[in-house]
Amino acid sequence: MEAELIEYCTRLADTSLIAGQRLTEWCGHGPILEEDIALSNIALDLIGQSRLVYAHVSELKKDGTSEDDIAFGRDANEFKNFLLAEQTNGDFGKTILRQYLISVYQYHQYTLLQQSTNQFLSAFAAKSLKEVTYHVRHSGEWVLRLGDGTDESHLRMQTALNELWLFTDDLFDADQLETTLADKNIAANIAQIKDLWTKQVTQLLTEATLTIPVAHNFLRKGSRKGIHTEQLGYILAEMQFLYRAYPGAKW
Amino acid sequence: MTDTQWDLWEVFTQKKPGAPFEHAGSVRASDKEIALQNARDVYSRRNEATCLWVVKSDQIVSSSPEDLGSFFEPANDKVYRHPNFYKTPEGIKQI
Repeated sequence: MEAELIEYCTRLADTSLIAGQRLTEWCGHGPILEEDIALSNIALDLIGQSRLVYAHVSELKKDGTSEDDIAFGRDANEFKNFLLAEQTNGDFGKTILRQYLISVYQYHQYTLLQQSTNQFLSAFAAKSLKEVTYHVRHSGEWVLRLGDGTDESHLRMQTALNELWLFTDDLFDADQLETTLADKNIAANIAQIKDLWTKQVTQLLTEATLTIPVAHNFLRKGSRKGIHTEQLGYILAEMQFLYRAYPGAKW
Repeated sequence: MTDTQWDLWEVFTQKKPGAPFEHAGSVRASDKEIALQNARDVYSRRNEATCLWVVKSDQIVSSSPEDLGSFFEPANDKVYRHPNFYKTPEGIKQI
Protein backbone atom coordinates (compact mmCIF):
# COMPACT_ATOMS: atom_id res chain seq x y z
CA MET A 1 0.00 0.00 0.00
CA GLU A 2 2.79 2.34 1.00
CA ALA A 3 4.58 1.73 -2.30
CA GLU A 4 1.43 2.50 -4.26
CA LEU A 5 0.90 5.71 -2.33
CA ILE A 6 4.49 6.76 -2.94
CA GLU A 7 4.05 6.11 -6.65
CA TYR A 8 0.78 8.07 -6.80
CA CYS A 9 2.27 11.02 -4.94
CA THR A 10 5.30 10.98 -7.22
CA ARG A 11 3.04 11.22 -10.25
CA LEU A 12 1.24 14.24 -8.82
CA ALA A 13 4.43 16.02 -7.85
CA ASP A 14 6.29 15.26 -11.08
CA THR A 15 3.60 16.90 -13.21
CA SER A 16 3.66 20.02 -11.02
CA LEU A 17 7.46 20.17 -11.01
CA ILE A 18 7.94 19.74 -14.75
CA ALA A 19 5.07 22.09 -15.64
CA GLY A 20 6.57 24.63 -13.22
CA GLN A 21 10.10 24.19 -14.51
CA ARG A 22 8.86 24.76 -18.08
CA LEU A 23 7.18 28.00 -17.05
CA THR A 24 10.34 29.29 -15.37
CA GLU A 25 11.89 29.47 -18.85
CA TRP A 26 9.65 32.49 -19.41
CA CYS A 27 11.15 34.37 -16.49
CA GLY A 28 12.63 37.56 -17.95
CA HIS A 29 11.19 36.79 -21.40
CA GLY A 30 7.46 37.36 -20.88
CA PRO A 31 5.53 39.20 -23.60
CA ILE A 32 4.91 42.05 -21.16
CA LEU A 33 6.20 42.71 -17.66
CA GLU A 34 2.89 41.85 -16.00
CA GLU A 35 2.60 38.51 -17.80
CA ASP A 36 6.21 37.70 -16.99
CA ILE A 37 5.35 38.01 -13.31
CA ALA A 38 2.09 36.09 -13.77
CA LEU A 39 3.87 33.12 -15.39
CA SER A 40 6.56 33.15 -12.70
CA ASN A 41 3.89 33.21 -10.00
CA ILE A 42 2.25 30.14 -11.51
CA ALA A 43 5.63 28.42 -11.84
CA LEU A 44 6.36 29.07 -8.17
CA ASP A 45 2.93 27.75 -7.14
CA LEU A 46 3.55 24.55 -9.09
CA ILE A 47 7.08 24.01 -7.82
CA GLY A 48 5.79 24.69 -4.29
CA GLN A 49 3.15 22.00 -4.76
CA SER A 50 5.72 19.50 -5.91
CA ARG A 51 7.93 20.30 -2.90
CA LEU A 52 5.10 19.60 -0.46
CA VAL A 53 4.51 16.21 -2.03
CA TYR A 54 8.19 15.26 -2.41
CA ALA A 55 8.72 16.12 1.26
CA HIS A 56 5.87 13.76 2.11
CA VAL A 57 7.27 11.04 -0.16
CA SER A 58 10.63 11.48 1.51
CA GLU A 59 8.97 10.84 4.90
CA LEU A 60 7.09 7.80 3.57
CA LYS A 61 10.27 6.29 2.15
CA LYS A 62 12.06 6.30 5.50
CA ASP A 63 15.37 5.54 3.80
CA GLY A 64 16.96 8.96 3.96
CA THR A 65 15.99 9.90 0.40
CA SER A 66 15.56 13.69 0.47
CA GLU A 67 13.21 15.96 -1.41
CA ASP A 68 16.17 17.07 -3.56
CA ASP A 69 17.24 13.47 -4.27
CA ILE A 70 13.77 12.80 -5.65
CA ALA A 71 13.62 15.91 -7.81
CA PHE A 72 17.22 15.99 -9.00
CA GLY A 73 18.48 12.44 -8.61
CA ARG A 74 16.13 10.53 -10.90
CA ASP A 75 16.41 9.91 -14.62
CA ALA A 76 13.75 10.51 -17.25
CA ASN A 77 12.30 7.01 -17.11
CA GLU A 78 11.65 7.42 -13.38
CA PHE A 79 9.68 10.62 -13.89
CA LYS A 80 5.91 10.18 -14.07
CA ASN A 81 4.81 13.65 -15.15
CA PHE A 82 2.23 13.95 -17.93
CA LEU A 83 3.72 14.18 -21.41
CA LEU A 84 1.78 17.41 -21.82
CA ALA A 85 3.73 19.08 -19.01
CA GLU A 86 7.12 18.54 -20.66
CA GLN A 87 6.17 19.92 -24.10
CA THR A 88 8.17 22.96 -25.18
CA ASN A 89 6.90 26.48 -24.56
CA GLY A 90 6.70 27.55 -28.21
CA ASP A 91 5.06 30.96 -28.36
CA PHE A 92 3.07 32.48 -25.50
CA GLY A 93 -0.16 31.06 -26.95
CA LYS A 94 1.12 27.50 -26.86
CA THR A 95 2.46 27.90 -23.33
CA ILE A 96 -0.78 29.32 -21.99
CA LEU A 97 -2.86 26.67 -23.78
CA ARG A 98 -0.68 23.87 -22.36
CA GLN A 99 -1.04 25.40 -18.92
CA TYR A 100 -4.80 25.66 -19.32
CA LEU A 101 -5.15 21.98 -20.26
CA ILE A 102 -3.03 20.95 -17.26
CA SER A 103 -4.63 23.37 -14.82
CA VAL A 104 -8.17 22.21 -15.60
CA TYR A 105 -7.00 18.64 -14.98
CA GLN A 106 -5.39 19.59 -11.67
CA TYR A 107 -8.46 21.58 -10.70
CA HIS A 108 -10.73 18.55 -10.96
CA GLN A 109 -8.13 16.16 -9.62
CA TYR A 110 -7.58 18.28 -6.49
CA THR A 111 -11.29 18.93 -6.06
CA LEU A 112 -11.87 15.18 -5.91
CA LEU A 113 -8.76 14.58 -3.79
CA GLN A 114 -10.17 16.84 -1.09
CA GLN A 115 -12.40 13.88 -0.25
CA SER A 116 -9.47 11.45 -0.11
CA THR A 117 -9.33 9.24 2.97
CA ASN A 118 -5.60 9.93 3.01
CA GLN A 119 -5.09 12.92 5.26
CA PHE A 120 -2.02 14.24 3.52
CA LEU A 121 -3.65 14.12 0.09
CA SER A 122 -6.86 15.80 1.21
CA ALA A 123 -4.97 18.58 3.01
CA PHE A 124 -2.59 19.04 0.08
CA ALA A 125 -5.51 19.19 -2.36
CA ALA A 126 -7.44 21.73 -0.32
CA LYS A 127 -4.42 24.02 -0.12
CA SER A 128 -3.36 23.70 -3.74
CA LEU A 129 -6.86 24.00 -5.16
CA LYS A 130 -6.88 27.74 -4.41
CA GLU A 131 -3.74 28.21 -6.49
CA VAL A 132 -4.96 26.06 -9.33
CA THR A 133 -8.33 27.84 -9.43
CA TYR A 134 -6.43 31.00 -10.33
CA HIS A 135 -4.26 29.18 -12.88
CA VAL A 136 -7.41 28.02 -14.67
CA ARG A 137 -8.84 31.52 -14.65
CA HIS A 138 -5.66 33.20 -15.87
CA SER A 139 -4.81 30.73 -18.62
CA GLY A 140 -8.45 30.29 -19.64
CA GLU A 141 -9.01 34.02 -20.14
CA TRP A 142 -5.94 34.12 -22.39
CA VAL A 143 -7.00 31.11 -24.45
CA LEU A 144 -10.32 32.85 -24.98
CA ARG A 145 -8.75 36.14 -26.03
CA LEU A 146 -6.11 34.64 -28.32
CA GLY A 147 -8.35 31.98 -29.86
CA ASP A 148 -11.07 34.49 -30.58
CA GLY A 149 -8.62 37.32 -31.27
CA THR A 150 -6.95 38.32 -34.52
CA ASP A 151 -6.46 36.02 -37.54
CA GLU A 152 -2.82 35.63 -36.51
CA SER A 153 -3.53 34.77 -32.87
CA HIS A 154 -6.32 32.38 -33.87
CA LEU A 155 -4.04 30.57 -36.30
CA ARG A 156 -1.29 30.23 -33.70
CA MET A 157 -3.70 28.91 -31.08
CA GLN A 158 -5.22 26.38 -33.48
CA THR A 159 -1.73 25.20 -34.44
CA ALA A 160 -0.82 24.85 -30.77
CA LEU A 161 -4.03 22.96 -30.03
CA ASN A 162 -3.42 20.53 -32.91
CA GLU A 163 0.04 19.85 -31.54
CA LEU A 164 -0.82 19.59 -27.83
CA TRP A 165 -3.96 17.53 -28.32
CA LEU A 166 -1.71 14.57 -29.16
CA PHE A 167 -0.79 14.38 -25.49
CA THR A 168 -4.22 14.73 -23.88
CA ASP A 169 -5.10 11.04 -23.92
CA ASP A 170 -2.10 10.44 -21.68
CA LEU A 171 -3.87 12.42 -18.94
CA PHE A 172 -6.56 9.76 -18.64
CA ASP A 173 -4.52 6.62 -19.20
CA ALA A 174 -5.43 5.05 -15.85
CA ASP A 175 -3.50 1.98 -14.81
CA GLN A 176 -4.22 -0.69 -12.19
CA LEU A 177 -2.48 1.28 -9.45
CA GLU A 178 -4.56 4.41 -9.86
CA THR A 179 -7.78 2.46 -10.27
CA THR A 180 -7.13 0.49 -7.08
CA LEU A 181 -6.26 3.63 -5.11
CA ALA A 182 -9.35 5.37 -6.45
CA ASP A 183 -11.53 2.40 -5.44
CA LYS A 184 -10.18 2.80 -1.93
CA ASN A 185 -11.05 6.51 -2.01
CA ILE A 186 -7.41 7.48 -1.76
CA ALA A 187 -6.78 8.68 -5.31
CA ALA A 188 -9.03 10.73 -7.57
CA ASN A 189 -11.16 8.77 -10.02
CA ILE A 190 -9.73 9.33 -13.50
CA ALA A 191 -12.97 8.56 -15.36
CA GLN A 192 -14.62 11.31 -13.34
CA ILE A 193 -11.79 13.76 -14.03
CA LYS A 194 -12.02 12.94 -17.73
CA ASP A 195 -15.74 13.74 -17.80
CA LEU A 196 -15.34 17.06 -16.03
CA TRP A 197 -12.20 18.01 -17.94
CA THR A 198 -13.70 17.22 -21.34
CA LYS A 199 -16.83 19.21 -20.62
CA GLN A 200 -14.99 22.28 -19.36
CA VAL A 201 -12.23 22.28 -21.98
CA THR A 202 -14.64 21.70 -24.87
CA GLN A 203 -16.81 24.56 -23.72
CA LEU A 204 -13.97 27.06 -23.47
CA LEU A 205 -12.24 26.00 -26.69
CA THR A 206 -15.55 26.29 -28.54
CA GLU A 207 -16.09 29.73 -27.11
CA ALA A 208 -12.56 30.59 -28.19
CA THR A 209 -13.59 29.54 -31.75
CA LEU A 210 -10.98 26.77 -31.74
CA THR A 211 -11.58 23.34 -33.24
CA ILE A 212 -10.67 20.25 -31.28
CA PRO A 213 -8.77 17.99 -33.68
CA VAL A 214 -10.62 14.87 -34.81
CA ALA A 215 -9.49 11.81 -32.92
CA HIS A 216 -5.95 11.04 -33.92
CA ASN A 217 -5.19 7.39 -34.26
CA PHE A 218 -1.81 8.21 -32.82
CA LEU A 219 -2.29 9.76 -29.41
CA ARG A 220 0.85 9.56 -27.34
CA LYS A 221 0.65 7.88 -23.93
CA GLY A 222 2.97 6.29 -21.42
CA SER A 223 3.84 8.83 -18.73
CA ARG A 224 2.66 6.49 -15.96
CA LYS A 225 5.21 3.94 -17.15
CA GLY A 226 7.97 6.52 -17.40
CA ILE A 227 7.86 6.61 -21.20
CA HIS A 228 8.44 10.20 -22.27
CA THR A 229 8.95 12.38 -25.30
CA GLU A 230 12.49 13.58 -25.98
CA GLN A 231 11.65 16.95 -24.42
CA LEU A 232 11.93 15.73 -20.85
CA GLY A 233 15.62 14.89 -21.15
CA TYR A 234 16.48 18.49 -21.99
CA ILE A 235 14.52 19.81 -19.01
CA LEU A 236 16.22 17.41 -16.62
CA ALA A 237 19.67 18.20 -18.01
CA GLU A 238 19.17 21.85 -17.17
CA MET A 239 17.25 21.35 -13.93
CA GLN A 240 19.49 18.69 -12.45
CA PHE A 241 22.91 19.84 -13.61
CA LEU A 242 23.98 21.62 -10.44
CA TYR A 243 22.80 18.94 -8.07
CA ARG A 244 24.51 16.21 -10.06
CA ALA A 245 27.74 18.12 -10.60
CA TYR A 246 27.94 18.98 -6.91
CA PRO A 247 26.12 16.17 -5.07
CA GLY A 248 24.56 17.34 -1.83
CA ALA A 249 25.00 21.01 -2.76
CA LYS A 250 22.85 23.39 -0.73
CA TRP A 251 21.53 26.74 -1.93
CA MET B 1 5.30 56.69 -33.54
CA THR B 2 2.04 55.45 -32.13
CA ASP B 3 1.97 53.89 -28.70
CA THR B 4 1.40 50.18 -29.20
CA GLN B 5 1.23 49.46 -25.50
CA TRP B 6 -1.98 48.39 -23.84
CA ASP B 7 -4.02 50.86 -21.81
CA LEU B 8 -2.71 51.98 -18.46
CA TRP B 9 -4.75 51.08 -15.38
CA GLU B 10 -4.29 52.37 -11.83
CA VAL B 11 -4.34 49.77 -9.09
CA PHE B 12 -5.74 50.24 -5.59
CA THR B 13 -5.31 47.67 -2.83
CA GLN B 14 -7.24 47.16 0.36
CA LYS B 15 -5.12 45.69 3.12
CA LYS B 16 -8.00 44.30 5.13
CA PRO B 17 -11.78 44.40 4.89
CA GLY B 18 -13.06 47.83 5.88
CA ALA B 19 -9.69 49.55 5.39
CA PRO B 20 -9.38 52.32 2.80
CA PHE B 21 -8.13 51.48 -0.67
CA GLU B 22 -4.64 52.78 -1.32
CA HIS B 23 -2.98 53.50 -4.62
CA ALA B 24 -0.40 50.77 -5.26
CA GLY B 25 0.81 51.58 -8.77
CA SER B 26 -0.24 50.86 -12.32
CA VAL B 27 -0.38 48.02 -14.85
CA ARG B 28 -0.83 47.70 -18.60
CA ALA B 29 -3.77 45.58 -19.70
CA SER B 30 -5.97 44.91 -22.73
CA ASP B 31 -9.24 44.92 -20.80
CA LYS B 32 -10.69 44.96 -17.29
CA GLU B 33 -10.38 41.23 -16.51
CA ILE B 34 -6.73 41.18 -17.57
CA ALA B 35 -6.17 44.44 -15.65
CA LEU B 36 -7.55 42.83 -12.51
CA GLN B 37 -5.42 39.70 -13.00
CA ASN B 38 -2.28 41.72 -13.71
CA ALA B 39 -2.93 43.83 -10.63
CA ARG B 40 -3.31 40.65 -8.61
CA ASP B 41 -0.07 39.22 -9.97
CA VAL B 42 1.99 42.37 -9.63
CA TYR B 43 0.66 43.99 -6.47
CA SER B 44 -0.71 41.25 -4.22
CA ARG B 45 1.88 38.50 -4.39
CA ARG B 46 3.17 39.30 -0.91
CA ASN B 47 -0.14 39.35 0.91
CA GLU B 48 -0.71 43.05 0.37
CA ALA B 49 -4.41 42.89 -0.38
CA THR B 50 -7.79 41.44 0.44
CA CYS B 51 -9.52 43.35 -2.34
CA LEU B 52 -8.41 45.15 -5.51
CA TRP B 53 -9.69 48.01 -7.60
CA VAL B 54 -8.47 48.78 -11.08
CA VAL B 55 -9.49 51.87 -12.95
CA LYS B 56 -8.39 53.14 -16.33
CA SER B 57 -5.87 55.90 -15.75
CA ASP B 58 -7.56 58.24 -18.24
CA GLN B 59 -10.78 57.99 -16.23
CA ILE B 60 -9.20 59.67 -13.22
CA VAL B 61 -9.80 63.41 -12.99
CA SER B 62 -6.90 65.15 -11.31
CA SER B 63 -6.41 68.71 -10.19
CA SER B 64 -3.48 70.36 -11.92
CA PRO B 65 -0.38 71.97 -10.39
CA GLU B 66 -1.77 75.40 -11.32
CA ASP B 67 -4.73 74.72 -9.04
CA LEU B 68 -2.40 74.53 -6.04
CA GLY B 69 -2.94 78.12 -4.92
CA SER B 70 -6.65 78.48 -5.42
CA PHE B 71 -7.53 74.94 -4.29
CA PHE B 72 -5.44 74.36 -1.23
CA GLU B 73 -3.79 77.50 0.13
CA PRO B 74 -6.97 79.14 1.48
CA ALA B 75 -7.12 76.32 4.03
CA ASN B 76 -3.70 77.19 5.42
CA ASP B 77 -4.76 79.95 7.84
CA LYS B 78 -8.00 78.42 9.04
CA VAL B 79 -6.82 76.44 12.02
CA TYR B 80 -10.30 76.55 13.50
CA ARG B 81 -11.30 73.91 10.99
CA HIS B 82 -9.19 71.42 12.88
CA PRO B 83 -10.87 69.85 15.89
CA ASN B 84 -8.03 70.93 18.17
CA PHE B 85 -9.92 73.22 20.50
CA TYR B 86 -11.94 70.68 22.41
CA LYS B 87 -11.04 68.94 25.64
CA THR B 88 -11.58 65.22 25.49
CA PRO B 89 -12.70 63.54 28.67
CA GLU B 90 -10.08 61.19 30.03
CA GLY B 91 -10.60 57.53 29.36
CA ILE B 92 -11.90 57.93 25.83
CA LYS B 93 -9.83 55.72 23.63
CA GLN B 94 -11.30 55.70 20.18
CA ILE B 95 -10.38 59.20 19.15
